[in-house]
Amino acid sequence: MLATEKMPGVAVRAGVQTLLQVDGVTLQYKTRDRLVTATYRVSFDVKEQDRFILLGPSGCGKSTLLKCVAGFLSPTEGTMTLDGRVIDRPGPDRMMVFQEFDQLMPWLTVLDNVMFAMRRSGRFPKNEIRDRARRATVKVGLERFQDVYPHMLSGGMKQRVAIARALAMEPRILLMDEPFAALDALTRRRMQEELLELWDDVRFTLMFVTHSIEEAIILGSRILVLTPHPGQVRAELDATAYSHEHQGDAEFMAFNRKINGMLFGMQETAHD
Amino acid sequence: MTDATVTQLRNRPRPDIEREPEDISRIGEISRPIGLWEGIFAITAVRRALVLVGLGIAWEVYARWVGNPLMFPSLSDTLSAWWADMSSGRLPGAAASSLRVLLIGYGTAIALSAVMTTLAVSTRVGTDLLATLTAMFNPLPAIAILPLALLWFGLGTSSIVFVIVHSVLWAVSLNTFTGFLSVSQTQRMAGRNYGLGGLRLVIFILIPAAFPSILAGLKIGWAFAWRTLIAAELVFGVSGNAAGLGWYIFEARNALETATVFAGLLTVILIGLAVEGIVFRSIEAATIRKWGMQNH
Repeated sequence: MLATEKMPGVAVRAGVQTLLQVDGVTLQYKTRDRLVTATYRVSFDVKEQDRFILLGPSGCGKSTLLKCVAGFLSPTEGTMTLDGRVIDRPGPDRMMVFQEFDQLMPWLTVLDNVMFAMRRSGRFPKNEIRDRARRATVKVGLERFQDVYPHMLSGGMKQRVAIARALAMEPRILLMDEPFAALDALTRRRMQEELLELWDDVRFTLMFVTHSIEEAIILGSRILVLTPHPGQVRAELDATAYSHEHQGDAEFMAFNRKINGMLFGMQETAHD
Repeated sequence: MTDATVTQLRNRPRPDIEREPEDISRIGEISRPIGLWEGIFAITAVRRALVLVGLGIAWEVYARWVGNPLMFPSLSDTLSAWWADMSSGRLPGAAASSLRVLLIGYGTAIALSAVMTTLAVSTRVGTDLLATLTAMFNPLPAIAILPLALLWFGLGTSSIVFVIVHSVLWAVSLNTFTGFLSVSQTQRMAGRNYGLGGLRLVIFILIPAAFPSILAGLKIGWAFAWRTLIAAELVFGVSGNAAGLGWYIFEARNALETATVFAGLLTVILIGLAVEGIVFRSIEAATIRKWGMQNH
């Protein structure tokens, strides 16, 4: 996040540079009695400063795909490259924000949680860490809660800490696995707005998994629609034009219906 | 009423109701501090102390009613015997000698257990090894291997340390390993996301995340160590002049000084209470309570 402030060139390259390349990726994992194919030959490119959404019903392998980008799994077939390098292990250049609130370390305060990742990865000079962590918590609106332990925070605040922690690492790409799914509807909407504001401010590259079409349209600049069992690419759509203000618009609704049709077939289009 | 009219009534829109909330100053009491007595009883130490006082009174009354100091000395007899040996330095010496052996055994066991559980959580061979060893040795009473320990290490401190290590190691390892396994997948992934792996993942993520289980294991291990120590000392004292609490109790029984036996037992209990109430409680307060991992 802070790197962009120092590098004016980024704005010029906006949306041009390919950051992440996913090429024909098939993902399989073993359960006790079967081999499950989660995705089948999925290909897509994520460009810098994209808000790239993986959208699909449960069981389409979108979370598995994200975990693979994070480096927790490796593909059975195909390749994933970040900046031209093959992804083969987890690393702090791809910070992940999970859905679960317990992703924060309960034994560390909010500020320590943010500093923890920076300290352990050894990517930042020691004397800058505290300052950077403070700035990151201020950015997500938690300056008053820096010294509080996570169990005292609400769900939305915990997710903000996780976002701050991830952004403070200045990752090449921010990975979010349904981060707002466990929040109530009002908080979720506020968090979506805040995430967009933050993106406006910092211009990070985002990869976001969701099963809500509405969330995908509002947050995304690009939406990858996946079919279920196993996940295959159904479409890759541009969604730059829509945000919260357009939510009731005819165009927004039409776009929503279009995606709905892709996911579920034309017969059941009314609901999300 | 016919069904039709019921449906009609149901479908009729009910009027909206809107109300102004009442002025807060007119509601009166919204919250008030709790009373003095309630406050005092909320302090755990006070309640526990009351239980102790109650038990003490019951003891004294029963002992006086029985009136046989050889079989069941009263609390006051026990306390005076305790005080006499405390001031003569005999009891503190015995307690110190016991504690020294205990700490050596306990510390060794914890170090071993740290190595074993770290191996177990990072490699599959380690897991199998720990699981098998724990299943084999955890049910084996420490006293049962004392004869073997005596054969190997002779009459002395090392034999007792050996059996203490045996009794502590498996309990602590089992708890720690269970704790490691119950650390949520998300927390592990978050750790690996920062590039942590192997030993660093264990130190920075698994140990703090599994701390409630680890602490429970340490408590159980401490109790096991005490029991084993006293039992082993009852069988033979510790070599030479440094005899421990078990030996103190054993000697007093041989001399038919029952009040002194009770004084020895009381010391064992007091040390146990102090460790539980002071050492473990402060560790708990500074860690899992503060972190919201324990709610009571």
